[in-house]
Amino acid sequence: MTEFTWLHWLLFTVIILAFVIIMVMVFIYLERRLLARMQARLGPNRTGPFGLLQPVADAVKVLLKEDIIPDEADKLVYWLAPVVAFFPVLLVFAVIPFQNGGLLADLNIGFLFVMAVTSISTIGVFMAGWSSSNKYSLLGAMRNVAALVSYEIPLLLSTVGVIIISGSLSMQQIVAAQDIPFILTQPLGFLLFFIGGCAEINRSPFDLLEADSELVAGHHTEYSGMKFAMFYLVEYAEALALSAIITTVFLSGWRGPLLPPWLWFVLKIVAVFGLMIWTRATFPRVRIDQLMALAWKFLFPLSVINLLITAVEVLLLKDSYSWVLVPINLAIMSILILLWAKLFKLGWGKIEV
Amino acid sequence: MSLNTEQFILNIGPSHPSTHGVFRMKATMDGEVIVELEPVFGYLHRGIEKLAEQRTYTGIIPLTDRLDYLSAMSNNLAHCIAVEKLAGIQVPERAEYLRVILAELQRIASHLIAAGALLNDCGAFMTPILYMLREREKILDLFEMVSGQRLTYSYIRPGGLAQDVPAEFLPALQKVVTDLPHFFDEYDQLLKENEILLARSKGVGILTREMAINTSASGPVLRASGIKWDIRKADPYSIYDRFQFEVPTGKAGDCYDRYWVRMLEMRQSLRIVEQAIQQMPAAGDIQTKVPALIRPPVGEIYSRTEVPKGELGFYIVSDNSIAPYRYHIRGPSLLNLTALRDMIVGWKIADAILIFGSIDICMGEVDR
Amino acid sequence: MKFERYGVGLVKGLLVTFKHLFRHPITTQYPEQRLVPSRRTRGNELVWNNVKCVVCTTCAKTCPQGAINMETEVDPANPGKRIITRFEVDTGYCISCGLCVESCLYNALHMGYAYERAQYRRQDLIQSNDGLLASETRKASAFMHTDMEKDFPEQTLLIDRNKKKAVIKPSGDANIEPAAAPPPESTPAAPAS
Repeated sequence: MTEFTWLHWLLFTVIILAFVIIMVMVFIYLERRLLARMQARLGPNRTGPFGLLQPVADAVKVLLKEDIIPDEADKLVYWLAPVVAFFPVLLVFAVIPFQNGGLLADLNIGFLFVMAVTSISTIGVFMAGWSSSNKYSLLGAMRNVAALVSYEIPLLLSTVGVIIISGSLSMQQIVAAQDIPFILTQPLGFLLFFIGGCAEINRSPFDLLEADSELVAGHHTEYSGMKFAMFYLVEYAEALALSAIITTVFLSGWRGPLLPPWLWFVLKIVAVFGLMIWTRATFPRVRIDQLMALAWKFLFPLSVINLLITAVEVLLLKDSYSWVLVPINLAIMSILILLWAKLFKLGWGKIEV
Repeated sequence: MSLNTEQFILNIGPSHPSTHGVFRMKATMDGEVIVELEPVFGYLHRGIEKLAEQRTYTGIIPLTDRLDYLSAMSNNLAHCIAVEKLAGIQVPERAEYLRVILAELQRIASHLIAAGALLNDCGAFMTPILYMLREREKILDLFEMVSGQRLTYSYIRPGGLAQDVPAEFLPALQKVVTDLPHFFDEYDQLLKENEILLARSKGVGILTREMAINTSASGPVLRASGIKWDIRKADPYSIYDRFQFEVPTGKAGDCYDRYWVRMLEMRQSLRIVEQAIQQMPAAGDIQTKVPALIRPPVGEIYSRTEVPKGELGFYIVSDNSIAPYRYHIRGPSLLNLTALRDMIVGWKIADAILIFGSIDICMGEVDR
Repeated sequence: MKFERYGVGLVKGLLVTFKHLFRHPITTQYPEQRLVPSRRTRGNELVWNNVKCVVCTTCAKTCPQGAINMETEVDPANPGKRIITRFEVDTGYCISCGLCVESCLYNALHMGYAYERAQYRRQDLIQSNDGLLASETRKASAFMHTDMEKDFPEQTLLIDRNKKKAVIKPSGDANIEPAAAPPPESTPAAPAS
């Protein structure tokens, strides 16, 4: 672990801020282009070469917009909400290693820190939904809270397997333990984490929070101008954070041949985000009760079983936890998913009134 | 311990992203669940029925374009058939075939929008509807070729068509007809077995057989409830009795059935178009001699046709003048909405949007 | 609802969107790339031929919107004939239905071929007299004037731009011609009573 100095702190704060802002812009561009191509369109291509400056143009446009506060709004909370939502996302990057030893703080409880911090931004979202005094906003915010409360559990449990194998909560150590990326030895864990993560940050098909066909825009229906931009930023920063966590935990972080570590890191993040864009382009949205059912009836039991199996494996094959287990775990994953597909029942449908 | 909860009223619409126009649902909500629903319409009322009483029978055609603007050709046809019946006008053979081809293409175009927009209501991020719009574009190209417009065609006239189709129409039509089944297959691959769509739409918003009949629903909404009723078969107009096609029906009457019936109907429409191309005479009149100002004899008529959204009927009372004395429109969208409350109550807000989308209304026709 | 198909449906859907990633986009870059509209385009303006016009005012009577305003007077030189003093079309009211063009017995009216006729002011939408004549920018379309169709380029069709699938039948193929057999012997299109 590097020496904690003020210089180090300053340097990494700047790096993280720059990284988040730049990557969010890259993501916005990437998402719009890829979505467009998947939908037989071209996407933004007017501002700058290949439309690369489109996120900048968007940012300028949104900053120049009139800032509207509804009369009925709770002004202070309304103001605070975007800020509360934004900063926890930045905190996540404090423990993500950009390369070997290249991170702000190598906390020995790194992963726990990530889990704890990511849930804070929900408070911001809920503040936004409550203070706008708009029913759509409130419904969206309530959905977000409900989703978060449910998905935290499978999200954490699905990664405990990884933590058992690597024997550490520190993100640095987790990466160091991945001679084989954990996506291969923990395929089920990865799948559950990806689904749970998408649900937690409200990426499609779990984007119930802002379900544009139902709730207009969810919690930020009433927001405009800079404050809306903050929420927009949060949305993509959360996607970036999730991609970074998945990269670190399951895709062996910065490790990779030939290319410099930070580049591997960025490439993997973009690949994970590409997967999210792909699902967004394809799937319809699930309903709130189905979302809950998925968390409690599908992800939760499977993550517990995954944890159990991993624990047994680690116990039996203390030191030789290696390639042998890749096909075994893949087979286990397939069997479990097939089994659960039979047992699993979504939602409860109509309610008699 | 029981929490003290309170019901609240949520205004869905009139300007809401997925009310397909300016429709308002005043929903009483208990959390996410809708316990009472009051549909409110009339925001797009333009008085088409009254306007029609001041216009000549030909001058009404542009008005029918604006009823259900997604299926203007079918509306033109429905109006013209009504006027022809009233005035006893015969239509040349070739024009009949062209009319059928255009009406069935219009049905495909309208169903494409319906199925795509349903998925948008379901939350798919624009992808299905953009694929659908792409295919619809190919059909609109054909319409543009024959009529010069892409949405409000005003192409069909009492007694035939406004003008003959251009020479390049049939080759282009042939290409579209050969191309569309590929697209349907691909689209089915995209969504037919999609678990999320199945979970969202199967068993949701059930319209039972009895209710469908009692609310005089028509079109795909009725057929999805398991009733084999298609005016093209049951009361054939134009030359529909010459074609082989099936009337797809659903079983459960849920949102998925309504979606699936539409998907199947598009294939059947394609069959009709193919047969019509085969049977159509290569040349011939496309317009019988009709006076510029039609003066039907005194009398009244109710003429109904199967437009994409259901049964479109025109009730025309003539007093032997150049304008109808009374012009009533039986719009399928409005009557299909009758059961909306019963279908939605008890479901969540997300389902409400989906159920509403699955009825496939067009506000131009609801409010008229 | 169960995951009856073990997620196969989801994967199938993903494959479809993935395939589209490598297909040609169907959109065009409008101001630079322009599609050729139909020859029969009913652009939002009227092109008037004041030589052929015999001032019968049929177009004005036919217009469902009342967008055509004609003022005529008896020709002082030839009392049997009327001359037009004012022919005014409010394209703001025009719904481009083409009924006026259709009703004109003397082929003196055409729909416009241009489609970029937006104006900043409502008054500018009102076109009258010489402003209605054909010119470089105000080309007449072939709507209801089939004889003019050969002067126009062929319309761009999306179906022809679909490069992914081989063109299934080149135009002129035998199958495209309507069936050579005579039409069915049934009565000529009986509009059911």
